[in-house]
Amino acid sequence: MALLEIKNLHVEIDGKEILKGLDLTVNAGEVHAIMGPNGSGKSTLAYVLAGKEDYKPTEGEVRFNGRNLFDMAPDERAAAGLFLAFQYPLEIPGVATMTFLRTALNAQRKKRGESELSTPEFIKKVRELAGKLGIEQDMLRRAVNVGFSGGEKKRNEVLQMTLLEPRLAVLDETDSGLDIDALKIVADGVNRTRSPQRASVVITHYQRLLTYIVPDVVHVLSRGRIVKTGGKGLALELEARGYHEYEEEVPA
Amino acid sequence: MNAEVSTIKTVAETALASVFNQARGRLPGDDVISAQRKAAFDLFAREGLPHRRVEEWKYTDLRALMRDVKPLASPPDAAAKARARTAGKVLGDVETRRLIFVDGAFVPELSDTVGLEPGLEVGSLADAFSSTSSLIDEYLGKLAPPSDIAVALNTALMGDGAVIRVGAGATIGRPIHLLFVASEDPAATFTRSLVVVGEGARAMLIESHEGPAGSDYQVNSAVELFVGAKAHVDHVKIIGEGAQALHVSTLAAAVGAKARFNTFTFTAGGAVVRNQMFLNLDGEDTVAGIRGATLIKGHQHADTTLVANHVARGCQSREVFKTVLDDEAHGVFQGRISVRHGAQKTDAKMMTQALLLSDRAEADNKPELEIFADDVQCGHGATAGALDDDLKFYLMARGIPAAEAEALLIQAFLGEAIEGIEHAGLREALMDQAAAWLKARAS
Repeated sequence: MALLEIKNLHVEIDGKEILKGLDLTVNAGEVHAIMGPNGSGKSTLAYVLAGKEDYKPTEGEVRFNGRNLFDMAPDERAAAGLFLAFQYPLEIPGVATMTFLRTALNAQRKKRGESELSTPEFIKKVRELAGKLGIEQDMLRRAVNVGFSGGEKKRNEVLQMTLLEPRLAVLDETDSGLDIDALKIVADGVNRTRSPQRASVVITHYQRLLTYIVPDVVHVLSRGRIVKTGGKGLALELEARGYHEYEEEVPA
Repeated sequence: MNAEVSTIKTVAETALASVFNQARGRLPGDDVISAQRKAAFDLFAREGLPHRRVEEWKYTDLRALMRDVKPLASPPDAAAKARARTAGKVLGDVETRRLIFVDGAFVPELSDTVGLEPGLEVGSLADAFSSTSSLIDEYLGKLAPPSDIAVALNTALMGDGAVIRVGAGATIGRPIHLLFVASEDPAATFTRSLVVVGEGARAMLIESHEGPAGSDYQVNSAVELFVGAKAHVDHVKIIGEGAQALHVSTLAAAVGAKARFNTFTFTAGGAVVRNQMFLNLDGEDTVAGIRGATLIKGHQHADTTLVANHVARGCQSREVFKTVLDDEAHGVFQGRISVRHGAQKTDAKMMTQALLLSDRAEADNKPELEIFADDVQCGHGATAGALDDDLKFYLMARGIPAAEAEALLIQAFLGEAIEGIEHAGLREALMDQAAAWLKARAS
């Protein structure tokens, strides 16, 4: 069964239509890449899936694991297994990273009717995952993303993702602002979560990340629609030729 | 210019005059005290209750907010004392030396006055008045500004309070807790406490105020606090009055050289609250932390007014005040840092922030810097705003439900002020109070 099924999705922000009839189906076990020029609607897609206010679906439907996504509040979507790795992770002064992670994990477990993780179990788990991502223990004690470098913020997103074990992860330009070492660490993190039950949607402007996270399907998003779908070779083609032809393809 | 404008006295003003006339004969103190009471009351009689045209009281118009005057509290009966035994839960499991005041009167049998640490003396103001106490002659009324009408009324009608001396060099491990409890019958109490901490001493003073939710009692409390050179004093005031109460309290403090002084006010109770602080950093190289957190809802009104005088050179002060307002609550912060001539190398930074959880809540913020020295670092900032929707979304996108996400952000907001409290147990107790307030709001 399709894990994510988007049909004819139209979305506006402040009365301006950004997504104009987007179709996308992601099955469990797949990794999809969505590539497209700036302003094509990539981040809008990410935000509307996560449930950000002001991103108003006006037409079409999105089913996640069989449920109507728009019937669910953002926290319910997360508990149901949807995860968005933010392009610009937010700083939350005064909330320690550990507190944040524990509150999130336990809130999700509670909603799914699972028991909360004990503190020692939780700490052990976070430390282990953080170690693999090269995240210093000191970072976990600090307020969420406060004083973190761009790369540290992205690694923190991946830490949250690996801890929360979502069914579907949407990574919004997780590669932006990363040097090559950080990029590999982040890609390893994503690759470790690949499984037949899970899927990922990797949103990116560049092919670079896709060298490390090899997608099953590549889509080109332009002017609010998926205009081309292909295999992993499509990413290389885009890298070589640019987005030019796709921008021309759909008349404004 | 100047025609005396004769204003018509309000019901409350007239009632205060009759309260004073009836009580003056039996209020404690010798002729000197009696004369001070008379002078203070005369000032009130001339000026009346402070109102919005008095700049310092602009946002807290007592003429309008104080509709009537309750009778002076009578000495607590056995039932009132019995109820007071369960008071003070606000501190959680923080171990303190309790001095309990029921309706403004010291209750020795409920208080913990035995096994005093070396160097510590505790007693009541009423007792100090009836004996010959050098503390009274030397210190009483020396700090609280006589021209302030709330202080004047306190001086005129002060009935009891704590008188505490911490000798030079003494370290008092257990916090001293002045626990003020109002009993069922609505009454007016006027307490004055005097705390003198000697050179190099270490002490923590907690004041907490509470009372029944259904009673519209009135509290006027003042503390004069002397912090000696090289002393380290932490002061925490918890205003947890009942929902109908009128609470006006004053902290007047003088801090000596090379001392460390922290004061924190936590306000969550009361219908109308005015918390005023007059602080003088009199000695060089002192470090002061002046902080507060206020959580109000419904129609609560809470005013924090601070005057911090940097008198001597080289002192550092940090002022951090956070207010969370819901419903139609009205929060006021007026903070003035005054750097006196000669107070070179002053380093003062004031931040005041209001978080509005409702469109109908109101926050008035008035930070002021007054600088008469030329080599100083001073700054202030003031913000007022709603919860950050983007942060809330980020938390929700991780599975945290809306109410919990808001609570987490509000606690983080308050935490920046509460973290300034050095006593870990008290810090936790106040974070718990904030969490309880948030939980009540969500339900």
